[in-house]
Amino acid sequence: MTAQETTIYFDHASTTPCDQRVVDAMLPYFTSIYGNSSSRNHAYGWEAENGVDTARSQVADLLGAQPKEIIFTSGATESNNIAIKGAARMYAKAPAGSESRGHIITAVHEHKAVIDPCRRLEREGFDVTFLEPSADGIITAQMIKDALRDDTILVSIMWANNELGTINEIPCIGKICKEHGAVFHTDATQWVGKLRTDVEADNIDLLSLSAHKMYGPKGVGALYVRRRRPRVRLQAIQDGGGHERGFRSGTLNVSSIVGLGAACAIAKEEMEAEGKRLSALRDKLENELMSRLEVVEVNGHRDHRLPHMTNISFGFVEGESLMMGIKNIACSSGSACTSASLEPSYVLKALGVGDELAHSSLRLSLGRHTTEAEVDEAIEGIAAAVQHLRAMSPLFDLWKEGVDISKIEWQSH
Amino acid sequence: MAYSEKVVEHFQKPLNVGSFGSSSDVKDRSDIGVGIVGAPECGDVMQLHIKVDDAGKIEDAKFKCFGCGSAIASSSLATEWIKGRTVDEALAIKNTEIVEELALPPVKIHCSVLAEDSIRTAINDWKKKNGHDVEDDHHHH
Repeated sequence: MTAQETTIYFDHASTTPCDQRVVDAMLPYFTSIYGNSSSRNHAYGWEAENGVDTARSQVADLLGAQPKEIIFTSGATESNNIAIKGAARMYAKAPAGSESRGHIITAVHEHKAVIDPCRRLEREGFDVTFLEPSADGIITAQMIKDALRDDTILVSIMWANNELGTINEIPCIGKICKEHGAVFHTDATQWVGKLRTDVEADNIDLLSLSAHKMYGPKGVGALYVRRRRPRVRLQAIQDGGGHERGFRSGTLNVSSIVGLGAACAIAKEEMEAEGKRLSALRDKLENELMSRLEVVEVNGHRDHRLPHMTNISFGFVEGESLMMGIKNIACSSGSACTSASLEPSYVLKALGVGDELAHSSLRLSLGRHTTEAEVDEAIEGIAAAVQHLRAMSPLFDLWKEGVDISKIEWQSH
Repeated sequence: MAYSEKVVEHFQKPLNVGSFGSSSDVKDRSDIGVGIVGAPECGDVMQLHIKVDDAGKIEDAKFKCFGCGSAIASSSLATEWIKGRTVDEALAIKNTEIVEELALPPVKIHCSVLAEDSIRTAINDWKKKNGHDVEDDHHHH
């Protein structure tokens, strides 16, 4: 049997299935409309270019942008790299090889695809401030205001966090950056296609998105680059044929770009109703688990977060064993054991979640095809697994005896 | 990562889960040795209780474990192996034997080390309570 037949998929924040309508839109571009969209002298090229143009409009429509402001990339990681490195190097206050080239603001709980480009820029002579979020996971406009300096050239704050689903104060942060004259980039990978985006009203200069988080294909994404008030310039990372206004050389991945466009068009029509449906299911999942089990904590702000996901800790139970106990539910954990690093989630640590609760967390993210029956089955499965594991947890015993676990001197290894 | 069949078996039906009483109950009982190793912030804590007769034979063993599936399987297996052995025989069990029996991948070797440590710590606790010499605690990592 395949995973699809045996396993409930609650990992939509990792990736989503391609919508059948997206696949249908893509298929002709593999075998019939296979021209290079840069071929200006024949019909094959024009047809491919038409597909790309349509997709560019569809992406722009979802963002409230102009089609010319959309750059196609291989995904949000590449978009983040082009935006962050490209803007920093373009607006640097001093040439390469010198110090004090400018100040950048980001946050400690950003995705690695933002943190690592910022770290590289630090080594290239830029100053980077990594802000700590509030205990409920949010970067506020006030935090940005307090961190801005005369030499701040770039602010990069994600719209919604990938592990928590928490939403940062983006429109306000955008406004503050505009007033200050700093370029504002947001990694909106988890946000776009879930909740409404308007790059004009929200004062966004650069925005990264990925198709596969919104029922499009993997390996394609986009970067929004503001062209007016002000025109944002970037130093390209990849040199070559000068595609995508010179920001991203390389033959366009036409079929995937068409898929991204179709995914955006569907999201624009359906995301509002979908969000309402999924938040009701997510709330049911959380509320049922919290009423059936003791010491269950939702990590991150309960209101300011995406509608379809929850990050939830079950005290005294280790995350990987919990996932083993619910092996018919595909999800993610903040536990050390599920990562290569053997460190618990740095995102949960940034919130001040105790290490043992960080080890005990599950990220459950619902999606377009999630049914209430699946949610009901997951509630039963998770509750049973937590009870099975607590029956053998020495920490649960200590807690029941009234012992403060944090006061014990553990023998670390 | 896929788990070995034996790990899954121990995880689903762990052997000898339990204790011989709360931490305060067993603290002063000279027939019980207690070993608690690991730390919550590292993601695994093993608790081993052994019941030892006057001749130094482990009559019974119970475990509790906060940890991944491999940690649970390692402690379950450890209790099964030490039951009926003398304390000296039990001390001879090496973590590598646990690795082999459960087919643990390299990233899970620390689980077997923890199981070995819990055996040694429990036996040393029993020895101290009964006035026996205790070998120096050292880790075979």
